[in-house]
Amino acid sequence: MKKTVLGLLIVGLLAGCSSDETKPNTSQEDAARTAAAKAAADKAAADKAAAEAQAHAQAPVATQAIDPLQDTNNILSQRSVYFAFNKYNVGSEYAPMLQAHAAYLVAHTTAKIQLQGNTDDRGSAEYNLALGQRRSDSVRKSLSLLSVPDDQMSTVSFGKTKPVAMGDNETAWAKNRRTDIVYQSE
Amino acid sequence: MTSKENMSLMKQWKKALCCVGLLFGTTAHAAMNIDITGGAATRIPVAISPFAGAGDANRVVTAVVDADLLRSGEISLVDVSDITPPLVEPNDPRFGMARARGAEAIVLGHVTPEANGTVDVRFRLMDAVQRTQLAGFSYTANVNQLRTIGHKIADVVYEKLTGTPGVFSTHIAYVIRHNNQYRLEIADSDGQNPSTVLKSAEAIMSPAWSPDGSRIAYVSFETGRAVVYEQVMATSKRTVLANFKGSNSGPAWSPDGTRLALVLSRDNGSQIYVMNRNGSGLTRLTFGGGIDTEPTWSPDGLSLLFTSDRDGSPQVYMMPSAGGKATRMTFDGKYNVSPHWSPEGKSFVFVQREQDKYRIAVMDIANGQVQLLTDGRDDESPTYAPNGKMILYATVVNGRGELAMVTSDGKTHERLSNVDGQMDSPVWGY
Repeated sequence: MKKTVLGLLIVGLLAGCSSDETKPNTSQEDAARTAAAKAAADKAAADKAAAEAQAHAQAPVATQAIDPLQDTNNILSQRSVYFAFNKYNVGSEYAPMLQAHAAYLVAHTTAKIQLQGNTDDRGSAEYNLALGQRRSDSVRKSLSLLSVPDDQMSTVSFGKTKPVAMGDNETAWAKNRRTDIVYQSE
Repeated sequence: MTSKENMSLMKQWKKALCCVGLLFGTTAHAAMNIDITGGAATRIPVAISPFAGAGDANRVVTAVVDADLLRSGEISLVDVSDITPPLVEPNDPRFGMARARGAEAIVLGHVTPEANGTVDVRFRLMDAVQRTQLAGFSYTANVNQLRTIGHKIADVVYEKLTGTPGVFSTHIAYVIRHNNQYRLEIADSDGQNPSTVLKSAEAIMSPAWSPDGSRIAYVSFETGRAVVYEQVMATSKRTVLANFKGSNSGPAWSPDGTRLALVLSRDNGSQIYVMNRNGSGLTRLTFGGGIDTEPTWSPDGLSLLFTSDRDGSPQVYMMPSAGGKATRMTFDGKYNVSPHWSPEGKSFVFVQREQDKYRIAVMDIANGQVQLLTDGRDDESPTYAPNGKMILYATVVNGRGELAMVTSDGKTHERLSNVDGQMDSPVWGY
């Protein structure tokens, strides 16, 4: 059900954008088309999710009251891989965390993740976009080596456009140089 | 320029802007503030006499001419505003007063309202020594086009005195962020008269004008990731130029406007591709598998400069636009990015990171010599004016994103700040 709500929200947002009067008409049409396609896709996804939910409902659930992805005591709640300045190699300290996510994804074949690459907000916007892409690709490669199927992972780079920490100092910049693991259901 | 001169000009200019506001509503957007400092060692002294007629309208025109000529860094202003009545006619016997104050040229003019509501603006550029006319034009326009006329006059004066075409009538594009909304805007070369090309809740970056100025390509994150769009300026008609898997970015028009270089991550790493303007004939140019990005064309269209991390740190490289071997251009330091080729082809500007400061630098391609043009700590996205004499870039002042300009000799600096929001990704158009 969560998926359906999220889908509707996105459609709502798109519709909101398209009604913006300064946007060109063609973009409204684009947005409408995108929204329509999205709605159809969401319907299919929602149907599938509903079927899955029904399947789960028939299984005993009492033993797993807490979603391991949300459990702060579970390593699966750790979602970020941080990088050194201008680097995109995944540090060995992230091996246990990535192994846990890989195991979860292999066990839950319907779970999907998006790997979102980010950089600090200094320097070239274009270079940072590429750097963010490499950072998401690096994490994807690590998970791939841990047997996660390609169709359960997608990558995106936000470059320097979505810093989580706003300070003008190394502590803030370090927090922004990261790849986030985002589960599709979230 | 002395600070006193600067102050009095700014006062004069702000007063003029205020008058525009009173007279013509809000057509002249006063949100943008301009601050000019520095100047070349040898500048041509010019007297701009207050134009005759039409109340405050004359002051709008001359204030624009004043500010434009100062921005060039190649012209200094000789104050003749105290001469009453003002010098207007080329045979005025008091002509020598301007010469005695050091003026080598004098700008004279009339602003005359016409019966149909339009305004007739006539001006002459006079040689102050010979008392001969160097140029003279008349323009008829609506009252809300007085700034445009000021820019045209400044272009004529600048070209006559320096031999280089002026760029004051050209336009710039940039992205402004305010309350989590992004706007792609275009404005006059001095940041005035902004208009919105696109609004979005998601990031917009890397605007690029087509060489004829008729369309603008840009990167938008509105679908959740970087996609390259093209928009026709006159009709706002928008088309997708590149929407492949991964990131699509860095659009750069070839000088003849028939092709675009761009950056796609669809295959392996971020790599440079070239395609025809209609999207056909996509050809991959680089194959490193790491980061190759920020392509910029040589004026003859035969070569590209781009940024690559193939040798371990981001550096600027050159390669044939038809594909082939890349040659490394930058060697000082570990971060040299964002090249933009100069219109005459002999140099390029780029961003150099040294001791955690990002600054604008220029390289002479023939001898590899590098000159730093700015001393900020967050200077980015340099772009040449069409005449190669000025560079527009993004900077950060007290935590606020602003635009700035520097002359190609590094001597005259100008800041354009906008109280409405944070500005970045500037590009100089046509």
